[in-house]
Amino acid sequence: MKIHEYQAKDILARYGIPIQPGGVAHTPEEAEAIARELGGPVVIKAQVYVGGRGKAGGIQFGDTPAEARAAAAKVLGMDIKGLTVEKVLVVSKLDIKEEYYLGIILDRKSQAPVVMVSKAGGIDIEEVAATAPEKIIRQPIDMRYGLRPFEARDILARAGLPHNVIARGGAILTALARAFIDSDASLAEINPLALTAEGQVQAADAKILIDDNGLFRQKEYALWAETEESNPLEFEAKQAGLTYVKLDGNVGIIGNGAGLVMTTLDMVARVGGKPANFLDIGGGAKAEIMRKALTFVARDPQVKGILVNIFGGITRGEEVAQGVILAQAELPKGMPIVVRLSGTGAEEGRAILKDAGLDWGRDMREAAQKIVAAIAARE
Amino acid sequence: MSILMDSSTPVIVQGITGREGQFHTRNMIASGTHIVGGVTPGKGGEIAEGVPVFDTVNEARAATGATASCIFVPPPGAADAIMEAASAGIQLIVCITEGIPTIDMTRAMLTVREHNALLIGPNCPGMCTPGHGKIGIIPYQIFTPGPVGFISRSGTLTYEVVALLTGAGLGQSTCIGIGGDPIIGSTFADYLKMFESDPQTKAVVMCGEIGGSDEEDAAEYIKSMSKPVVAFVSGRTAPAGKRMGHAGAIISGNTGTAQGKVAALQAAKVPVADTIFDIPGMVKEALARVS
Repeated sequence: MKIHEYQAKDILARYGIPIQPGGVAHTPEEAEAIARELGGPVVIKAQVYVGGRGKAGGIQFGDTPAEARAAAAKVLGMDIKGLTVEKVLVVSKLDIKEEYYLGIILDRKSQAPVVMVSKAGGIDIEEVAATAPEKIIRQPIDMRYGLRPFEARDILARAGLPHNVIARGGAILTALARAFIDSDASLAEINPLALTAEGQVQAADAKILIDDNGLFRQKEYALWAETEESNPLEFEAKQAGLTYVKLDGNVGIIGNGAGLVMTTLDMVARVGGKPANFLDIGGGAKAEIMRKALTFVARDPQVKGILVNIFGGITRGEEVAQGVILAQAELPKGMPIVVRLSGTGAEEGRAILKDAGLDWGRDMREAAQKIVAAIAARE
Repeated sequence: MSILMDSSTPVIVQGITGREGQFHTRNMIASGTHIVGGVTPGKGGEIAEGVPVFDTVNEARAATGATASCIFVPPPGAADAIMEAASAGIQLIVCITEGIPTIDMTRAMLTVREHNALLIGPNCPGMCTPGHGKIGIIPYQIFTPGPVGFISRSGTLTYEVVALLTGAGLGQSTCIGIGGDPIIGSTFADYLKMFESDPQTKAVVMCGEIGGSDEEDAAEYIKSMSKPVVAFVSGRTAPAGKRMGHAGAIISGNTGTAQGKVAALQAAKVPVADTIFDIPGMVKEALARVS
């Protein structure tokens, strides 16, 4: 799950990591009030779930409260990579002398969280990783101990951070590791960690991703879930317990099991169609789940037809067929549906579909060809 | 002989009294698996599906001599169940549970490695050895004994491909679903090594998918194998940055793409099927080449 910068900083602050004072504004007036309270120059930062905000103009400055208001008016409502800015973070401006990178990711290979530190902060770390990997120090966290303070200092020293940052930066990195583990994060970044002209060390920007599998016990953070504006359907699906990913095409796709659904998308593309979505109904789905899945997929206005591909193990073909028939009444009139059933209850399911005049495919390929042809015939 | 288990392997079920645990224990027994007991803390002394229930894995192992365990414990306690099994000396642990917090798995893996246990999963369908039995939730009836080793990251896709193989007269030695999570106990390369030294296995089918680099690592190992491997990779149409159902099926930056995996496998001279329908023919060709 993605969270905003201000929320990530909220988590960091709980672990004693220094951040700039500030607040979140939804209107230019609120931004002005926050700037007045802070006193002095401020930074207005768009709070959207994408990187590259600065380049897109989503970060503005204001020396006075009136300028802060004008800057906020410019950023609020702005479109950044398809997302509309609905709130801004207003913080005191730092006089930054140097910028460093501190990050922790869950690494599949080391099967542990891995700390990454670089002297080259402030820019995209993937770019540094691609062009100058030697500038990044990487070290897995030994989960028996967590990241110990001496290890954190050692990593910073190896990354070449200056003497006056080692002690405070080490404390910040240790705290970041604690925050990461406690919060079920899959990524936590402070980029940049700023050394200011006054000699302060602060987290000037922060990014945290929370592992969806940890949300059941991260109840406070789970409440922070928001629509990713470009994908309101994905957000709604998640709330409804459906595994749904929106894509660009016009063939709605439903199946059981992630690997099978992915393979079905590939097959549709192979026979000349364009998948509109990924939807996995999981194991043992009943007719009602099937109905819900079909009506959900059909809400995407781009969807012109739906392919259902089910391997019956615990899921039964009759249940699937009944669900399709239930859904039919709620779908746009004449929307083509092709169902492919195999395994448990496939025969019974096909009989039900046949009685209802619904089309079915013998195998995944035939079903994909049929739905692509049916959509083409209607256009 | 096939790998990992046979009909004499004593297996316990952790979470045997839950809905899933009961249902699949029944199916495992029906497929010939030697289920010797179950574990549910607080229900020790009861009988479930005809076998004794214990409060702890230690007790279950002492009383039954179990060497393998199948875990149906819900996500909050699943990593603990894995560690309990490993600590009790269970050698083969199959964890079906989907949704375990990844940070819990980083800890569980320390214990698994410390005790030299083999963990399949989590978030997997388990494994089966046709003619002997299964540990997990794989629909046993679609399998038939034979020379093809099978490894996959997904469940239903495995069943689809196995049904195609069986339909084409190609039986299987052992089938393993390694799991769809970012941190799993064992990878393709682990099983390729076992198949390489298993006399029953003459060829291996490997079904990978986007995310991580297990397929690339497997490709490296295959270069040194004597037995042929046929591969398939799903997720060619998956966009970057989106989790495709499995927690581990995600393209991050340029890593984990289907194209990269196909290229790595082809570089190792592994034939990669364009669609699953091409797999049986390619396996037959591979078998003809080695015999």
